[in-house]
Amino acid sequence: MKINDVILRTISRFVVFIILTFGVYLFLSGHNTPGGGFIGGLVLASAIVLLYLSTDIETVKKSLPLDFKYVAATGVLLATSTGFGSIIFGVPFMSQTFAYFDLPIFGETELTTVTIFEAGVALTVVGVLVTIILSISEDGG
Amino acid sequence: MFSINLVILIPFIVAALIPFSYRRFKKVHLGWIVLIVPVVLFVLLARLIPSLASGKTYVHTYEWIPSLDFNFTTYLDGLSMIFALLITGVGSLVILYSIFYLSSKESLQHFYCYLLLFMGAMLGVVFSDNLMVLYVFWELTSVSSFLLIAFWNHRKASRQGAQKAMLITVSGGIAMLVGFIMLHTMTGSFSIREIIASVSEFSDHDLFIPAMILILLGAFTKSAQFPFHIWLPDAMEAPTPVSAYLHSATMVKAGIYLVARFTPVFGADEVWFWVVSMVGMITLFWGSFNAVKQTDLKALLAFSTISQLGLIMSLLGLGSIALQFGYSADSVLYTQATFAALFHLINHSTFKGALFMVVGILDHELGTRDVRRLGGLMTLMPFTFTIALIGSLSMAGLPPFNGFLSKEMFFAATVHIMEVDIFSLPSLGLIFPVVAWIASIFTFVYCMIIIFKAFLGKPQQEKLDKPIHEAPIGMLISPMILVALVVGIFFFPNLLGQYILQPAMSSIYPTFGDAADLTPKISAWHGIKPELLMTIAVIIVGAILFKFLKLWKPIYGLFSSRFTFNVLYFNFLASSVSKSNLVTNRYMNGLLRHYLLYIFIFFIVTVGGYLLYFKAFSFDISTNASFRVYEVCLVAIMAVAALSMLFAKSRITATLLNGVLGYSIAIFFVIFRAPDLALTQLVVESVTTVLFLLAFSHLPDWKKEKLSKGTKLINGIISVAVGLVVVIVGLSVVDFNLYDPISSYFEDAYELAGGANIVNAILGDFRGFDTMLEVVVLFIAGLGVYSMIKLRVKKEDENIEDQ
Repeated sequence: MKINDVILRTISRFVVFIILTFGVYLFLSGHNTPGGGFIGGLVLASAIVLLYLSTDIETVKKSLPLDFKYVAATGVLLATSTGFGSIIFGVPFMSQTFAYFDLPIFGETELTTVTIFEAGVALTVVGVLVTIILSISEDGG
Repeated sequence: MFSINLVILIPFIVAALIPFSYRRFKKVHLGWIVLIVPVVLFVLLARLIPSLASGKTYVHTYEWIPSLDFNFTTYLDGLSMIFALLITGVGSLVILYSIFYLSSKESLQHFYCYLLLFMGAMLGVVFSDNLMVLYVFWELTSVSSFLLIAFWNHRKASRQGAQKAMLITVSGGIAMLVGFIMLHTMTGSFSIREIIASVSEFSDHDLFIPAMILILLGAFTKSAQFPFHIWLPDAMEAPTPVSAYLHSATMVKAGIYLVARFTPVFGADEVWFWVVSMVGMITLFWGSFNAVKQTDLKALLAFSTISQLGLIMSLLGLGSIALQFGYSADSVLYTQATFAALFHLINHSTFKGALFMVVGILDHELGTRDVRRLGGLMTLMPFTFTIALIGSLSMAGLPPFNGFLSKEMFFAATVHIMEVDIFSLPSLGLIFPVVAWIASIFTFVYCMIIIFKAFLGKPQQEKLDKPIHEAPIGMLISPMILVALVVGIFFFPNLLGQYILQPAMSSIYPTFGDAADLTPKISAWHGIKPELLMTIAVIIVGAILFKFLKLWKPIYGLFSSRFTFNVLYFNFLASSVSKSNLVTNRYMNGLLRHYLLYIFIFFIVTVGGYLLYFKAFSFDISTNASFRVYEVCLVAIMAVAALSMLFAKSRITATLLNGVLGYSIAIFFVIFRAPDLALTQLVVESVTTVLFLLAFSHLPDWKKEKLSKGTKLINGIISVAVGLVVVIVGLSVVDFNLYDPISSYFEDAYELAGGANIVNAILGDFRGFDTMLEVVVLFIAGLGVYSMIKLRVKKEDENIEDQ
């Protein structure tokens, strides 16, 4: 997939960063406002897909040397291990907890284990999506 | 604190570590590392023997799913101790032996991983008090046995043997599971101890006999009882250490364990007595009868194991009659059958383990285990010969070896049972001593075959590929320890009886007062009694039969090879494959349109049918809010897009029209103030479009398919029906009030989960388990796509399976 489109390439360089930032924002804001792990992961994945579309696969691979199968696997591991993690503390499987902390810069902040779980979800979504799209596009395309 | 749960878990933990760490042990045989596990466990368990002998038991519970009564409860008593000592003790010896049997070139990391998996599972079976947990471990032993039989998976026979063992033991296991569930229905408990305590109230229950039969099916398939014994000879394709460990000393005794464990539950019933003792007797006879005709020494030992398992099983059946009488000075006599069963269980593990190791040595050093090619090994392999001699004579029931003691007790038990005057035993009781005696003659004959055909006579070097030589010392240590036990137990049987067997007796007869009364004094000489005469007669008749083996061997030719259980099994397997192929090919025809039809029809029938059945198709639109202009516009756009998709000429057009639908829905979400859904829908729609475009490059041109008018009409009706069902469901959901709504619970999300976004609080916290599993499913789907595309079998690739 090699597209020689100057406009797309120039614009996507900036847009990708905006989308990535937006994805991270969505991921973090999901606790109290619209967003969350799944949608954040989807947005991040679409940013990466855009990168692949605008430049060629080899260039992206060089600058982003990630095996997305591992990203997905890490996500699954993270999501399931938060479930098992709660067992260690003697509460039923998959219990989430939260607490408020006074952090130096952020002031009073809420930290919750759901975020870890959601991070797992997001990583899985990114990993699986990019893996599927890459493997279909690389296949004899 | 040392808990028994840990004993179960340690092998699993080590097994899980092996794949990550085996590369570090390049210079050391992996077996040495693994050997530590059973040795440590054996020592840990052995330290508990004295306290068990004084009547103590250990219970420990980890709550797992308390709401369903599933708890990881371990229970260490006398009965589980016997098995645990066998598992860890024989396990240690077998691993030691395997270090010299398997070269470092084999994939040892797999072998030891499976072996530890098995060890953990087997310990789980004997220690679990909760039936559901026991069932899980039970099936795990089948799975690990499957993996071990198919260890040399490049051989077709290995794979077939593994499949056979798996199919037979797992179907028995499922029957057993149903039996367990029936027990739970009756008693309301999954705990064996609680069931035993309360079972007397349920013996008239309708499910009592079905539950018993189903549980026995599980035990019989696992312990290779007639007619399920056919898997055991085929399982001999496994490496010999595996055969010695799983298929003679431990796994096949899981069925024995189950029967012993459930004797207090079902034992007082007549059906139990007859089924267990008769199946055991038939197996005893059939196994020993068939062992004589085998020429492969390992197959001979396999049939011999079947026969010995039958012996132990029938003893447990005979012993259960004591429960019928309750505890009295007379009934104690009948408990001796059970005592003999446990005693023989241990003895069998010692001599059969040694014999298997001997056959392994012959196979390993000489390259064959066919008796027709062996002979005269006595002088050239003196140590191996001694081990084989002691093992065989003990199996034949001769003094001064432990097999003699338990065989005598077995004969005694069959004679005693004739004196019982219930269960129509006065007329039928004679079967037991007669069958036992005949089977023992065959046992004697095949034991002589091992000794005379393989070790005595003239050496036949010309038939062997390798020169005859003694095995390395490493392979001899384990069988030597075992035969030392064979002799040792003969001289000090009461040590074993008092410390190991006595606590086990009190777990099988919990209502029978003092366990010391149940422990007879074992002695080699107790006067001229029927059992001694039977043994002498066995030796005389056996020797004559062995001498004239050639004359009567043609009997085996009388059994047609077309009507064996093996043929039955293979026919069943082949016909079930071809029948299900026939049915599946009918509807799985490769046309996506048909698959969609199945899905849609199913949807209409179940969802529509369900709502019709509950009369939930009622809705009232009079109270709905009025339509707004842009809503009407959106609906119109969607309708136009959907209809024009039918007439699209190219894939791109169709995809774009589909996109119109998706984005319109997203706008609807915005209008109805569901920003989460709108966002998700938008991104999903964009990513899907990219996927569509990618997939197009692989697809052929889009051709219009010509369909008959009738088919088109049916398709049209189905699609309209699906649409109607969805719309009506959507409308009637608002008024659906069969159950109380639960949404009010989620409104407290900020208090309960600390998040103001209810949707995400539900996804990540309240119903986080769903999300977790969805993530796993997504991952599996991704892997599936990846592997289907990347690992497609190229046309020129050869099929490397069958060699």
